[in-house]
Amino acid sequence: MTAAVSLRAVSRHFGSVKALDDVDLDIAAGEFFAMLGPSGSGKTTCLRLIAGFEQPTSGHIEIFGERVEGVPPYRRSVNTVFQDYALFPHMNVIENVAYSLMLRKVPKAERLKTAEAALELVQLGGYGARRPGQLSGGQRQRVALARAIVNKPKVLLLDEPLGALDLKLRENMQEELKSLQKRLGITFVFVTHDQGEALSMADRVAVFSEGRIRQVGTPEDIYQRPNTPFVADFVGSSNVLPPALVERLAGVRRYASLRPEAIRLGGEARLSGIIVARSYLGPVTRLAIDAAGLRLHAVVPSGADLPGEGDTVGLGFDSAALHLMGAEP
Amino acid sequence: MRSDGDRAPLLLRLAAAGGLVYLLAPLLIIFVYAFTTEEKSFVWPPPGLTLKWFAVAWSRPDISAALLLSLQVATVATALALVLGTLTAAAVSRTRFFGRETISLLVILPIALPGIITGIALRSAFSTFSIPFSFWTIVLGHATFCIVVVYNNAVARFRRTSASLVEASMDLGADGFQTFRHVILPNIGTALLAGGMLAFALSFDEVIVTTFTAGQQQTLPLWMLEELIRPRQRPVTNVVAMFVVAATFLPILAAFYLTRGGDEIAGGGK
Amino acid sequence: MSAIDTAPPRSLGGRLGDLFWRRPGLLVALMLMPPALWLGIVYIGSLLTLLLQSFYSLDEFSGLVVPEFTLATYAELLRPSNFDIILRTVVMAALVTIASAIIAFPIAYVAARYARGKWKALFYLGIMLPLWSSYLVKVYAWKLILAKEGILTWLFGTLHLSWALDAILAIPAIGGNSLSVSYIGTFLVFVYIWLPYMILPTQAALERVPVNLIDASSDLGGTPAMTFRNVILPLAFPGIVAGSIFTFSLTLGDYIIPQIVGTSRLFIGQAVYTQQGTAGNIPLAAAFTVVPIVIMGIYLTVAKRLGAFDAL
Repeated sequence: MTAAVSLRAVSRHFGSVKALDDVDLDIAAGEFFAMLGPSGSGKTTCLRLIAGFEQPTSGHIEIFGERVEGVPPYRRSVNTVFQDYALFPHMNVIENVAYSLMLRKVPKAERLKTAEAALELVQLGGYGARRPGQLSGGQRQRVALARAIVNKPKVLLLDEPLGALDLKLRENMQEELKSLQKRLGITFVFVTHDQGEALSMADRVAVFSEGRIRQVGTPEDIYQRPNTPFVADFVGSSNVLPPALVERLAGVRRYASLRPEAIRLGGEARLSGIIVARSYLGPVTRLAIDAAGLRLHAVVPSGADLPGEGDTVGLGFDSAALHLMGAEP
Repeated sequence: MRSDGDRAPLLLRLAAAGGLVYLLAPLLIIFVYAFTTEEKSFVWPPPGLTLKWFAVAWSRPDISAALLLSLQVATVATALALVLGTLTAAAVSRTRFFGRETISLLVILPIALPGIITGIALRSAFSTFSIPFSFWTIVLGHATFCIVVVYNNAVARFRRTSASLVEASMDLGADGFQTFRHVILPNIGTALLAGGMLAFALSFDEVIVTTFTAGQQQTLPLWMLEELIRPRQRPVTNVVAMFVVAATFLPILAAFYLTRGGDEIAGGGK
Repeated sequence: MSAIDTAPPRSLGGRLGDLFWRRPGLLVALMLMPPALWLGIVYIGSLLTLLLQSFYSLDEFSGLVVPEFTLATYAELLRPSNFDIILRTVVMAALVTIASAIIAFPIAYVAARYARGKWKALFYLGIMLPLWSSYLVKVYAWKLILAKEGILTWLFGTLHLSWALDAILAIPAIGGNSLSVSYIGTFLVFVYIWLPYMILPTQAALERVPVNLIDASSDLGGTPAMTFRNVILPLAFPGIVAGSIFTFSLTLGDYIIPQIVGTSRLFIGQAVYTQQGTAGNIPLAAAFTVVPIVIMGIYLTVAKRLGAFDAL
C-alpha cells in the first residue's frame, strides 16, 4: 500500500542552517501522525515542505506515490490548519470556509451547503454570518479546521493546532480532533512541542531534534523504549543514566533511561541519594534527588511517611525498568 | 505610552492647548476673511461681512481653469503613484532581496530632499532633453513625490497582513493572481484608498515643484502664488483659500477613519 | 481524485501563476521594474543632470553655459554675498528646528499620554489639518495675521501692548517696518508650517514609551523632573531628531515663505530660483542646490547614529 506521505533523504537548508537534514519518513494513509520536537527542531519545516510552502534543498517528497517537488501548494490535495489560524479577516465565517470551493467555481448554492455542512462537523452550524474577529480562540480554530477539510484533502496538516488554547479547551479539542479524523478517514499530520499531546492523540510519533528525526514509533514505543537520551528526556522527562553507572548496574556500558515512576524508596536499594526538593502533586509526590552528583527524579505515592528535604534515601527499581539505549548521547 | 486615570499637570496642559491654538487659529482666520467687505487691505476685525465674493470667485474663468487643471493633474498623478507605490511596497515587504534598502531610500528621496531640488532637477532635465512643458511634465513631477505616500500606507498594511494569510490562500487552491485578487487586495484596499487620497491632496496643493514643471500653465496653487506676490483682487483670493482648506478637510477626515486602528498616517509624512 | 494536480494549467494566467510561484525573484523583479525605472531614470537622472550642471560655468560676456568641467562655480559660492545667503539659511533652519522641538513637545506629550476619546480626535485634527492644509493658504493666513493692519497689531492694541510690539520691531537686524517684512515674521511662519512634522515623530516615539517604565521610575524614588530627564526625554529623543530632519531640510530648501513674508534678503531657495530664472545662471543655481544636499547628507548621517530612523 502506498504511503500517504513519504520523504526520501530530504534536506532543507537556509544558508548554513540545516533546518531539516537528510530525513526519511513514511506516513501511512489514514494515520494520525504527530511530529514532536522542541522549537527549531525542524518539525515545522517538515510540515511546510509537505504543504508546498517550502521546497527541499535535496531529496524528494511523494504524496500518495506522486512526486511533488515543484508542485505549488495550490495544486496539492493537502490542506493546512495554521497555528495563527490565518482566517481571512475581510470575509465572514462561511466565506472563509467556502473559499476553496469558490476558487474551484462550485455554484454558489452548492458551496454554501457544503461549507455549512463542514461547519456543522466542527459544531459551528449557524455561525456562518459572523466575522472571524467576533469569535473566540476555540471557535476560530474550528473555523480554520472546517475551512481545511471542506475540500476533503488527502492529507490534513495541523501546525500546533492547540497551542493557543487554554487547558480545558485543549483537552476537549484533542478528543474532537481524534473522532473527526476517524470519521473522515483523512491522514492527519500534526506538529506539536507538547509531548503529552503527541502521546495522547497520535497513532505514531516522530521525535525531531536539530533537523533530524531521532525516533519514530507508537506512543508506547517512544515513551517506554526511547532509543536516545534526548528522546528519553524530551518525551516524559525520564532519568537518563550515564554509561559508567549503567555498567555498574547492568553490566553494559550504554546509556539507559529510568522512568521517575519506576523508582521506589526503600526496599532493596540500588542507588542512594539526598532529597533536594519535594513537590506535592496530589496523589503523587515528585522528588528531586542528588545521587552522587547525578540529578534524578522520582514520582512516588503521596503519604505521611515520605522523607523530607535533606534526608538520605535508598532508591530501588526493577531491572526490567532500566531501558538500555545506545552508547552515544 | 498611555496612563489611565491621571491628568496632565496644569502647565503642560496649558502649553499643549496653546500649541493647538497656534496650529488651528490661522486656518480659522481664513474662514472669517472670506466674508470680509474690505477690498484693499487685510484689516482686522473685518469692517463688515458679505457673500458677494463667492459669486465673483465662481464666475472668474482663470480660477475655474486653474482648478480644473489641478484636479486633472492630481487624478492622473495619484493613479500613477498608486500603481508604482503599491508595486514597490509589495516587492519590498514580501521578499528580502539585495538592494531593498536602496529602493526604500529611492522612494523617500523625492520627499526628503527639498522640493526646489526636485523641481530644478526636473526642469534642467527637460531643457537638456528639449522636452516642452505640458500637462505631462507637471504629472511627471507630482507622481514622483506622491509615490512615497502610497508606499508608506501600503507598506505598513502589508506588514500588518500576516504572511500566513497568503499561504492559507495558496494552500486552499489559489494561485498568485487569485490570492492577490481575493486576499491581498481586499486587505490593503483601505490603506491604498487612504494613501491615494493623501497623494491626491499632496498633488492638488503642490506649488514648489510645479513652478518648475508647469511652464505657462497655471494650477490652482500657482494661481494663488501669483495672487500672493502680485495681488489683484484680495477678497477673491480669500474665498479661494477658504475653499482649499475646506476641500482638504474631507480627505483627511476620510483617511483618518479608513486607517483607524492602524499607524499609517502618523509619521507617514507629506 | 489524484493527490496532486499535475496537468499543466491551460490558461495563460494559470501558467504565469505557476511561473511566478516557481521563480519568485522574477515576480519581484517585474514588480520593481516600473518604479525603479521611474525613480531611477526620471528622478535620479534629473538629479544627476543638475549635478553635472554645477561643474559647468557661465560665460560672463555671452551669458551662455560653457559645458566644460570647472570648479569655478563652487568657488563663486564662497563669495561673501553668496556665503551670507548660505549662513543666513542654515541659522534660520537651526532656530526653526529648536523652536519647533520646544513647541511640539508638550503637544506630543499630552497627545501621546493623556488624550483619549474626543480629545484624541481633536489632537489628531489639530495636527493633521495644518499638516495637510494647503501650504500656500497657510502662508497666506500668516500674511493676514502679520500684516501691519492685521490681527496681531489689533490684538496688541486691544491689550494696550502696542509699545511691546513696537519695541520688538525696533530691534535691529531682526525687526522691521511690520512683522510681515521682518525676520521674526519669516521665523514664525517657518515654525508654524513645519511644526506638525516635528509633532508626529515625537508623538510616535512617546507612544512607544511603556507607561510602566514611568511608574517604575517614580516607584524607585524619581521625582517627576528626574523621571522626565532620565527616562522620558532619552526615549523621546530619537523622535525629536527624526522630526528635526524634516524641519531642518524643509527650511533649507524653501523659497516661497521668505519671498512672501520677510525681508528682501535672500535664502538658499530664493537664490536658486533667481539664479536659474531671471539670472539664467543654471550652473550657480545647481551649485546652490548642492549645499542643502550636502548639509542634509551630514545631518542624516548624524541622525542615523542617534537612532532617528527607527522613530520615523
